[in-house]
Amino acid sequence: MKIIIPVESKNADAPVCPSFGRTPFFMLFDTETQKSDFIDNAAANSQGGAGIKAAQTLVDSGAKILITYRCGQNAADVLNAGGIKIYKAENGSANDNIKKYKEEKLSVLTDIHPGFHNHGGKNK
Amino acid sequence: MKQILILSGKGGTGKTTVAGAFIELSKSIAFADCDVDAPNLHLIIDKLSEPKKTDYYGFQKAVIKNLKCTNCGLCEKICRFDAIKNKFINIHKCEGCGLCVEICPVKAIVMSDYSSGSLMLYKDDGKVFSTAQLKMGNGASGKLVAAVKKQLSDNFIDSKISIIDGSPGIGCPVVASVSGADIVVIVTEPTVSGIHDMKRIIDTARHFNINPVVCINKFDINEENTKEIERYCDSINIDVIGKIPFDPMVVKAVNNCKSISQYPESPAGKAIKQIWDFIDRNLIKANHCKNKN
Amino acid sequence: MKIAVLSGKGGTGKTLVSVNLACSAKKAVYADCDVEEPNGQLFLKPIITNKTSVTVTIPSVDLNKCTRCRKCITFCKYNALALINDKLMIFNEVCHSCGGCIVLCPQKAFMETSRIIGSIEEGISGNVLAVSGCLNTGEVSGVPIIKSIMSKLPKEEIVIIDCPPGSACVVMESIRSADFCVLVAEPTIFGTHNLAMVYDLVKFFNKPAGVLLNKCVDGQENPSEEFCINNKINILAKIPFDEQLGSLNSQGFISVREDNKYKELFENLLTNIEKEILQ
Repeated sequence: MKIIIPVESKNADAPVCPSFGRTPFFMLFDTETQKSDFIDNAAANSQGGAGIKAAQTLVDSGAKILITYRCGQNAADVLNAGGIKIYKAENGSANDNIKKYKEEKLSVLTDIHPGFHNHGGKNK
Repeated sequence: MKQILILSGKGGTGKTTVAGAFIELSKSIAFADCDVDAPNLHLIIDKLSEPKKTDYYGFQKAVIKNLKCTNCGLCEKICRFDAIKNKFINIHKCEGCGLCVEICPVKAIVMSDYSSGSLMLYKDDGKVFSTAQLKMGNGASGKLVAAVKKQLSDNFIDSKISIIDGSPGIGCPVVASVSGADIVVIVTEPTVSGIHDMKRIIDTARHFNINPVVCINKFDINEENTKEIERYCDSINIDVIGKIPFDPMVVKAVNNCKSISQYPESPAGKAIKQIWDFIDRNLIKANHCKNKN
Repeated sequence: MKIAVLSGKGGTGKTLVSVNLACSAKKAVYADCDVEEPNGQLFLKPIITNKTSVTVTIPSVDLNKCTRCRKCITFCKYNALALINDKLMIFNEVCHSCGGCIVLCPQKAFMETSRIIGSIEEGISGNVLAVSGCLNTGEVSGVPIIKSIMSKLPKEEIVIIDCPPGSACVVMESIRSADFCVLVAEPTIFGTHNLAMVYDLVKFFNKPAGVLLNKCVDGQENPSEEFCINNKINILAKIPFDEQLGSLNSQGFISVREDNKYKELFENLLTNIEKEILQ
């Protein structure tokens, strides 16, 4: 099963990116092989609809679990349609969050924010 | 870090006056002017040095390569924004959809970078002030607003609070500035227009899951209307956190390029300080403004 | 004769001036293009004769014809389309209505449909026909509504266009067909700074323009007046800061209908503007 996480750099110990739609990279972790792959986020420089495009990338990657701080309504619609479950990330690196997921310490992300009409994404 | 956004609905109610005062009172080291269409905050911030200017590139725009064009007129017919006439593309009308590029039988049209404005970054004594100016006639100002906020967050080191001066209205730039805001303060005035517009901006903020607070500026120009605002806000569970009297000192301060908070004995100065103290005590330390609906 | 009233800065008195100008004519049309926060109706209180919805085109797909080639997804600059589990999802709020997907689909699998973004109300208030646009909350662009308002304006009458604040695309759309622009300025450096921007806009569109200095205080410096003098811009009128005017305005009254001195002021202003246009 594949878990996908937005990360700030191509490194399993990199912090989880606060933005989903505009994260520079995604880390794709395969629970069977225990290996991590990194995908560029084509939506990072999108003028608009970044969440949607990023979500399309995720669906195409075959991931079944997403761990993220935030997610907009449009992206969530795509992810839900694609059968991807969304968990709320906790402070720490991508690896930290994979560990917490395995220990069943992460909760499902319920705070989905409405679309910001192409202008959103919190940048901490 | 708490982000405080000041909005109004109606223009001219005193957003920038209030934002400028909050910045002084909070000794904020991170603030931004998201009214990219008509930015004014920089006019009353003390001791600003030259900003770093960066051209901002939003959507690309279509450009016709005249030498290749055969004048078939297909692009003009197909463009939904009426942006093409007689082989000429009006950059103000072009929305960068790229359909003309696809449809041109001789590939005479290309997409080209277009700067719709400039970002300005002021960095003085550990303070970071991010603002921008949209070039006139341009749309999609929301993207420039998002860029202003990103410029702020990319540049400040560590700050408990950031203060954002928003823009009037309820559209594009306002929606973009709401993204990421923790506390929204609506500055209104007791006029029929002010009340009408306040209701719409409250609706807009709630649409994005934010419960704003309201403060009434120039409240004494019409105390009946002030009471109406208080009644209305009460009926929809919005807190009115303060009232500022009409004070000619405000204009004097602005015209001296100073914030009203530099005149703490003035009636408006005193009232705004009380409002800031309330925000500091009750909202910054709590999670007041998140809508728990 | 179309007269646009704009300001750059909000709150300088665009609606006050527009409404009173329209009401001081024998017969006029008042067009409220500040569709995000339309206020003219609060003063005119027109009897509504017609209400129309304003829509934008959005695509809808016939999945039976769609071959999932993704050409539409690759094309769309706004990322309004996604292909998930064999279903094509369309995100209407992000769609810019360019029609590209409809035109480019090799299977012609898209149809045009529409969604409502706002409305226009027409009504009568005494001698004024009021045409007001209103953008629904949550929507981002009022441009289609302003375009629609402009198409409804009669050609022969005096039309006063109440513009949005700023100088962005919505303002540009509002002044596009104007014969003259009245720039309303207040005596603060905020006002002057924004006056300069909006003056650039009207110059860019080659529109004849003049400035109305509002809320003037005797004896106090007026940076906007200085700006006009320094740039040789015609000052059409100076309205003093007037508590009575402010009070009438705050209560939603039309000043020219309440007090003759204001009727005279605005009638003179209208005459001045007409002279400027005919020059």
